[in-house]
Amino acid sequence: MIEVSKAEATNREVLEEVTILFSGDSGDGIQLIGDRFAYSSSVKGNDISCFPDFPAEIRAPAGTTAGVSGFKLCFSSEPILTPGDHLDAMVAMNPAALKQNISELSDNGILIINSDSFKEKDCVKAGYQENPLKTGELDRFRLVEIPLTQLTLDALSSLNLPRKKALLCKNMLSLGVVCWLYERPIEELENWLDAKFGKQHLLSEANKKALHSGYNYADTIELFDAGFRVPKANLPKGRYRHITGNEALALGAVVASIKCKRELFFASYPITPSSDVLHSLARYKNFGVKTFQSEDEISAMGAVVGASFAGNLALTSTSGPGLDLKQEMLGLAVMAELPAVVFNIQRAGPSTGMPTKTEQTDLLAALYGRHGECEVPVLAPSTPADCFTMAIEAFRIAVTYMTPVIVLSDGYLANSAEPWQIPTDEDIDGFSVANLPAQSDGALFQRCPNTLARSWVLPGQKGLEHRLGGLERDYDKGAISYDPDNHFKMVLTRKEKIKRISQDISPISADEYSGADVLVVAWGSTHGALHTAVQQLKSEGYAIDHLHLRNLNPLPEGLGDCLRRYRKVLVAELNLGQLNSVLKNHWSIETEVLQKVSGMPFKIDEVYQHCKQLLTDNSQ
Amino acid sequence: MSIVEKIDVVTKLSKADFASDQEVRWCPGCGDYAILAGIQKVLPELNTPKENFVFVSGIGCSSRLPYYLSTYGFHTLHGRAPTVATGIKLANPELSVWVITGDGDALSIGANHLLHLLRRNINVNILLINNRIYGLTKGQYSPTSEQGKVTKSSPLGSISGPVDPVSFALNAGATFVARAIDKDAKGLQKILKQAAEHQGASFVEIYQNCHVFNDGAFEAATARDTKDDATVQLVDGEPLVFGSKDKKAIVLDGLEAKVVSVNTESLPDNALVHTTGSDNEAYDALLSSFQHKGLPLPVGVFRQLRKPTYEQGMIEQQQSSIASQGQGNIEALLTGGSYWFHE
Repeated sequence: MIEVSKAEATNREVLEEVTILFSGDSGDGIQLIGDRFAYSSSVKGNDISCFPDFPAEIRAPAGTTAGVSGFKLCFSSEPILTPGDHLDAMVAMNPAALKQNISELSDNGILIINSDSFKEKDCVKAGYQENPLKTGELDRFRLVEIPLTQLTLDALSSLNLPRKKALLCKNMLSLGVVCWLYERPIEELENWLDAKFGKQHLLSEANKKALHSGYNYADTIELFDAGFRVPKANLPKGRYRHITGNEALALGAVVASIKCKRELFFASYPITPSSDVLHSLARYKNFGVKTFQSEDEISAMGAVVGASFAGNLALTSTSGPGLDLKQEMLGLAVMAELPAVVFNIQRAGPSTGMPTKTEQTDLLAALYGRHGECEVPVLAPSTPADCFTMAIEAFRIAVTYMTPVIVLSDGYLANSAEPWQIPTDEDIDGFSVANLPAQSDGALFQRCPNTLARSWVLPGQKGLEHRLGGLERDYDKGAISYDPDNHFKMVLTRKEKIKRISQDISPISADEYSGADVLVVAWGSTHGALHTAVQQLKSEGYAIDHLHLRNLNPLPEGLGDCLRRYRKVLVAELNLGQLNSVLKNHWSIETEVLQKVSGMPFKIDEVYQHCKQLLTDNSQ
Repeated sequence: MSIVEKIDVVTKLSKADFASDQEVRWCPGCGDYAILAGIQKVLPELNTPKENFVFVSGIGCSSRLPYYLSTYGFHTLHGRAPTVATGIKLANPELSVWVITGDGDALSIGANHLLHLLRRNINVNILLINNRIYGLTKGQYSPTSEQGKVTKSSPLGSISGPVDPVSFALNAGATFVARAIDKDAKGLQKILKQAAEHQGASFVEIYQNCHVFNDGAFEAATARDTKDDATVQLVDGEPLVFGSKDKKAIVLDGLEAKVVSVNTESLPDNALVHTTGSDNEAYDALLSSFQHKGLPLPVGVFRQLRKPTYEQGMIEQQQSSIASQGQGNIEALLTGGSYWFHE
């Protein structure tokens, strides 16, 4: 049992919010403790936002900056949208982690380091000429040196664990320290460890002991007198869970399947950072989900097209080069007019690029990456929770318009978690599949006059046998056709079909976007940083609005008029201006571009400064 | 309606019921006509409702075949038919799914997909129509063309050697592997029927004469005066005997197969007796290499094994998940892991 904490009896310093970074080697279990601390913060009632940032190598050389794994978390008593730019606190398990991240720590920030890993050779490995603990360069921080390695070994000495195994528990010791510092109950963490290790009682015991030791150590030394407290945030009451973008996509797909009463077929080839969608869906077999790990990206898309032909809700997920490999088969789905959904979790490219880093550089590939006139609808969720909504929306569009749909998420959305108020079945808008003919009516390839979608005729239906394919087909009869006029008509029809989706999505509200000096236009995972920066500028009296697009093809109605109501339009993207080129192409408007292609999300401050500059220029 | 309930309807079907309204556009005299006719002849005999047949193809001359059948059909992408067929079969395991492919489609651009369909043992019937040439692109060498083949793209002869489709399928772990010849209508139909009735991935290589770009590629195996000496019919449980006038048997001499003259009443002790049910890879390797070693070309079923299909495994996993966790619903899904109340 834990002794009653001394801090309980004293007054903790109250803070509005804290941004903390856990950092260490990629084998140190940093993501695990970061993720769990985020969960504890949510359960405590804070709003949270996090940013896991890790290398592609599973175990890069230990102690080098190449192998540093970080988990950044902001927990707040106010609603928040991003983990913030600067760190209030940082845990560095070794010199490499320190070197990599120290520039983000605010002056007077709390810096907890594992003093056992700052020997001469550790510092050299991280690229330090001199031990940073001795140079005075850390004086502007509140430095806490804890011998985490030795404390862990001491704490576990009674368990007779091999040294190597015991050392793996030092992440729990550091978590214990941080739990004390920010007033987190550790009973809940103990239950979690018991559940996590199941029958491996010794490992569960070791981790709990390390956690306790860290907690008690902080309590005993009265770290910063009495520690800190971040009060509950004022969030709507209700049931919450954590959700990452990838989990949300998976859940959305299953819900779409249940709502429209068609089995979900999911085929995918593992690729970072999309693999968690496959992992999630593979667990949902009792929801009628079929998951198929294919031999390659092409096969995954091929199986999706086949499953769609046979009447399942068909889905694949991919990232980076995987999108290139799916384009040919996407063309077939466009030509055969079959519904399918592709979750593309964008990552830094081109080629293999930086697999674990985030970017928004696939927009033009999604829009125009196939030969021929070959449009597909493209959607972009803006937060992890929005991934749930947009996954369902993607299926609604796919089956209503008989077309493949690409959903553009990215590495940042995929891995970062946020609290999500769990909707009930009734809260979620469903959709039905309206274009399934029951009987032969002699008009197999007839189109719905509103949507222009053809019927979804499934093998197994008597009297409706027909042939589909990649060859151009006759508008009325569906047979192969090389007729020039027919081809032109089919090209225009396929285009018009996609265009008509814009009647079926929310238009841009003229009231909400009535005009000002600057409009920031963006899409995808940048929502949090942009919204926060724009709100800040608004509160300072600047005339600026933020428009975040979730439908990138077709674009929502009213967008052109909206853009013209602003003196300046700033298109902010994690690419060189891909949405910008689309907007200019549509409306020949003057725009400014805020581009960033570093594998990292926008910081609030860089957006803020850029916009402020633009606003100031504007007013001159 | 389940397959069983539909059977009375099925029995009334005939060959003509499987002809589509499309004009067949292969070159006059193409071997594909005979293969199409063979398929149309066999389909009514399979006790399967017409609407449950799906023919999936890739790209190439042979891949046009689904357009000429009145079943459901999907003319997909070059090499990718196995992937689409996999999706169709897993989406609806009740369907009878067939892949029509050629030597270029299946063994050049699509070899990887073919390999994986076979090793997974998905209950799909694959007909690889092999003419050892690229026909639709007008005559370049294919992955089954013999080494040294002179074509438009290899004026000095092709440098690479061929891949043998039957060896490929056997090595991929296919549970049904056979070879048939376009000109032997009866033999072809018999094998197609066996392939269709096999539970698991069925692979049939069909020799097909492209008389425009590769005429006579299989002359020895098909000409009236040579075929009996150039081929050996594979019959389960029967010795490997062949020959027009002099009966000959194939015997095992050490690790090599050899031809010996015999009279039918007394076969030598070391005569090879064919079995489709053995899981003996050495025998498979020996048998599928006959024609490369001056031995007669084996025609018929090489292997037929009973193994669980992929889709059975998939359904069983779904059922056991439902049995252990209950049928999922939205509430259970969304609250799934752990959640908390914000008061």
